[in-house]
Amino acid sequence: MIYLDNNATTQVDKEVLKVMLPFLEEEYANPSSMYDFAKKPSVALKIAREQVRDFYGAEDVKEVFFTSCGSESANMAIKGALNCNKNKKHIITTKVEHPCVLNTYKSFENEGYKVDYISVSSDGQLNIDELKEKITKNTALVSVMWANNETGVINPVEEIAEIVKSKSPETVFFVDGVQAAGKIPMSVKDTQIDMVGISGHKFHAPKGVGALYVNKSCRLTPLINGGHQERGLRAGTENVPYIAGIGKAAELAKSALPYENSEIKRLRDKLENGILKNVFNARLNSPLINRVPNTTNIGFEYVEGELILLHLSDLGICASSGSACTSGSLEPSHVLRAMGIPFTALHGSIRFSLSRYTKESDIDFVIEKMPSIMDKLTKISPFQDELMKLKNLRR
Amino acid sequence: MWDYSEKVLEHYRNPRNVGKIEDADLIGEAGSLACGDSLKLYIKLDGNKIKDAKFLTFGCGSAVASSSILTEMIIGKTLDEVRQITNKDIADELGGLPQEKMHCSVMGQEALEDALKKYYGDGVEIRFAKESSDKVVCTCFNVTENQIWEAIKINGLKTVEEVTNYTKAGGACGRCKGAIQDILNTYYKKQESETKLTPTQKILKVGKVIEQEISPQLQKDGGDIELVDIEGNVVKVKLIGVCSSCKNASMTLKNFVESILKEKVDSNIIVEQVD
Repeated sequence: MIYLDNNATTQVDKEVLKVMLPFLEEEYANPSSMYDFAKKPSVALKIAREQVRDFYGAEDVKEVFFTSCGSESANMAIKGALNCNKNKKHIITTKVEHPCVLNTYKSFENEGYKVDYISVSSDGQLNIDELKEKITKNTALVSVMWANNETGVINPVEEIAEIVKSKSPETVFFVDGVQAAGKIPMSVKDTQIDMVGISGHKFHAPKGVGALYVNKSCRLTPLINGGHQERGLRAGTENVPYIAGIGKAAELAKSALPYENSEIKRLRDKLENGILKNVFNARLNSPLINRVPNTTNIGFEYVEGELILLHLSDLGICASSGSACTSGSLEPSHVLRAMGIPFTALHGSIRFSLSRYTKESDIDFVIEKMPSIMDKLTKISPFQDELMKLKNLRR
Repeated sequence: MWDYSEKVLEHYRNPRNVGKIEDADLIGEAGSLACGDSLKLYIKLDGNKIKDAKFLTFGCGSAVASSSILTEMIIGKTLDEVRQITNKDIADELGGLPQEKMHCSVMGQEALEDALKKYYGDGVEIRFAKESSDKVVCTCFNVTENQIWEAIKINGLKTVEEVTNYTKAGGACGRCKGAIQDILNTYYKKQESETKLTPTQKILKVGKVIEQEISPQLQKDGGDIELVDIEGNVVKVKLIGVCSSCKNASMTLKNFVESILKEKVDSNIIVEQVD
């Protein structure tokens, strides 16, 4: 099997699993208990919090909160911050956020909030001037993803944080960092960002654990009320094995960043160039600049995405698509539509996302197979004249 | 991951009759690139018989499989025979499609009817193919009132969600969901008035369903059922053989006998056991 869908989820690192296992077996004590038996779990939490602090580049371990997933981190940040600023009823976000964030804002629209969705250019770059204009003293929250899951586009969140704070110091700035974690360096202490959410399973921890960075100066109300855990902001007995896991995964991911930005980037570029060169109806949807090193999004014109994925899957290749058919919804990707990708390529868009487990032979295999798959599938397409024109054009 | 049947997998992997017939007698089209799927069906005639059929499809695995199996279903048949084919037949022939993918089978029927329309002209009832005068309900996917009506009729659709699965209508902005519900309401009101049965008709119909659909099933288990009387909506029956002493008899009555009679005769039917 060739797994090129690492923006969906990743393989658990063996070292991560090793750190987790004792807490699923003999070391089962509640870390809040007072006896010696609880010491190892409680130390494990401390170690993990320090590892994740270092991963974020945060100043203080008290700024790190553990959650169950990226969606919980986002909900905790958004709802918690809005609860503390109830007199302000304006939110700014982008048209290309992850659904877990977008749908949360949609629910606030029904509660009397005005939400502005900032547009992106045809190469996925956020319209920062538009964002700047929308900020007022009445803006409770600005929310921008660090990197986009479908295209890999990196937003200049450090710069946006400064713009937000200079125009309205009381406005909270939340960053969905799920797709940036483990792909590009983070150093939140040098920025004016208030909160960053991450999800463990996107960087080789298991599913079921996430984290939220909350700057010391930022006030929140809890999403889950109950005990004293996570300094009262997230009740519930700590999920010790998984927290130990995300800690180790964060440490490994940070040390793998140079590899990610050299070798993985090289493999990604090789895959991208190989496909664009050998497949006549392929076009790059991702931009060449400001992009995480592991992601490419390629549109195959006049062929539908699910059909491509099925044929890839028959060869053991895992990727994903922004096509309508794959999601069960009937509409294609909101991200690619916001970029104005032509609909000839919209429905046939495929995302390949690599990880440190990706081998050069995997990439070579995909480059080798893609032309014959596309040769077969373009023959089924009703748009033969258009395809012929495209073929002559690219020749 | 969709739970596709073996036949769907086989047909998207190795689609039959792919291509264009240059001197086709009939060409049917459905869908569009913007909507995410489209189908072109080419038919070559020999008199009143379909000598050859080919297709070109832009769409997902189930769209290609639906198109492919459709060509197999129509080759060698007369035009009068293929006029009877519905989207349900296409889906059945594929061993079923996931609910969310039923619109792929509808696209097959739509293209087939679009081709037949060119042969029969206006004198024939066309169910799915669009007429320019039809009222468009879903503007996102360009679905007409007539198409929604026919999908409800052929497939027995009950909810807006089902209509979306079969026709795509309401699947994007969702603004037409109210209009779809109105069509459903009108359809079932009309059907209700059409199916008001006289007492004699009702007895005959209940008797027929019991004889043809319920009794054979119970006989397989060594039991049987007998219709005793009908009073209003109350159907009185007697269980015979192993069924009469079975401790699950009341379950059988409610979950099997009553639900079939509700579906086939009247949704208000109540089944009672008599000794």
